[in-house]
Amino acid sequence: MSSVWVAILLAGAGTFAMRASFLVAASRLAVVPPFAQRLLRQIPPAALASIVAPALLRPGGDFGLFQPRLAAGLLAALVAWRTRNVGLTLAVGLGALVALQAL
Amino acid sequence: MRFDEVRAGAASIAPMLVGVVPFGLVAGATPAANGFSVWAAVGLSSIVFAGASQLATVDILANGGSAVLAALAACTINLRMLLYSASLAPLLAGEPLRRRLGAAYLLTDQAYAVSITRWTAEGDRPEGRIPFYVGGGLLLWAVWQASTVVGALIGSAVPDSLPLDFAVPLVFLVLLVPAVTSRPAAVAALAGGGAAVAAAEAGAGPLSVMVGAVAGIIAGATTEAAVERRRPDPTEAAP
Repeated sequence: MSSVWVAILLAGAGTFAMRASFLVAASRLAVVPPFAQRLLRQIPPAALASIVAPALLRPGGDFGLFQPRLAAGLLAALVAWRTRNVGLTLAVGLGALVALQAL
Repeated sequence: MRFDEVRAGAASIAPMLVGVVPFGLVAGATPAANGFSVWAAVGLSSIVFAGASQLATVDILANGGSAVLAALAACTINLRMLLYSASLAPLLAGEPLRRRLGAAYLLTDQAYAVSITRWTAEGDRPEGRIPFYVGGGLLLWAVWQASTVVGALIGSAVPDSLPLDFAVPLVFLVLLVPAVTSRPAAVAALAGGGAAVAAAEAGAGPLSVMVGAVAGIIAGATTEAAVERRRPDPTEAAP
């Protein structure tokens, strides 16, 4: 077997093991202790912000505050906060980025 | 199977496809551009099924790295799946094992984000969770497979001038906003985002998401504990 397939199978097995980890153990974790609940509650804001922040603050791998992606992202955040509408947020955010890049 | 929940799951994922399709085209085109077969692209998308780690696997192999090194890099990038699995586990604890294994295979940033948002909001019913998850997860899976095959066959057909990659952070932004419901959650988001940027600046690459998430979880939990110590009544702790 070529090395690409070895890599695919190993990466696939490892990734599935991580995806399945706690889900497989879930039936034995029906009662989650309070300290663990406290940690679990933080996962959505912490993980989502970790995906969003670098994309807005380091587009293309360079940190910068005065660039179109942060400006468009902040405008989109305002729309997301006021409307909770994914389609409208996408339209405003992408539209603002295209407009700012054209300037 | 509750079809209204299946539909609701698909509807939650649908806007995300604006960002998923161009990413899938790139994930399909990259193996071909590096001399691997279309089947390698299909294998990566169906067996690994995690975009950033698929690109890293191809990059390392194309630069002469070993299969083990490539797989280790892919797994490192996907470490955040441990957090998603832990976060969803209590909510799916009542489901049979085969359903939880199926949910694990379909676990992505997108499926996690829409599910945790729905299942922690008002109106959540446990019997609707798996249908919602399958509706969203399967739609994302099918579109990912299709777009990687198209990318492998014809290349990434999206012009560079169209910044569709920006749709990815935007959809997570829409889910981040309602997740910030309290001071601890705001601290978790600020610390997480800040640490992710700092880690990326320090050269952590795709691992910076995991670094940021862990930092945010610790900061948020510490804040929550401090807030509760000041106000002993736990019902007041999370307004």
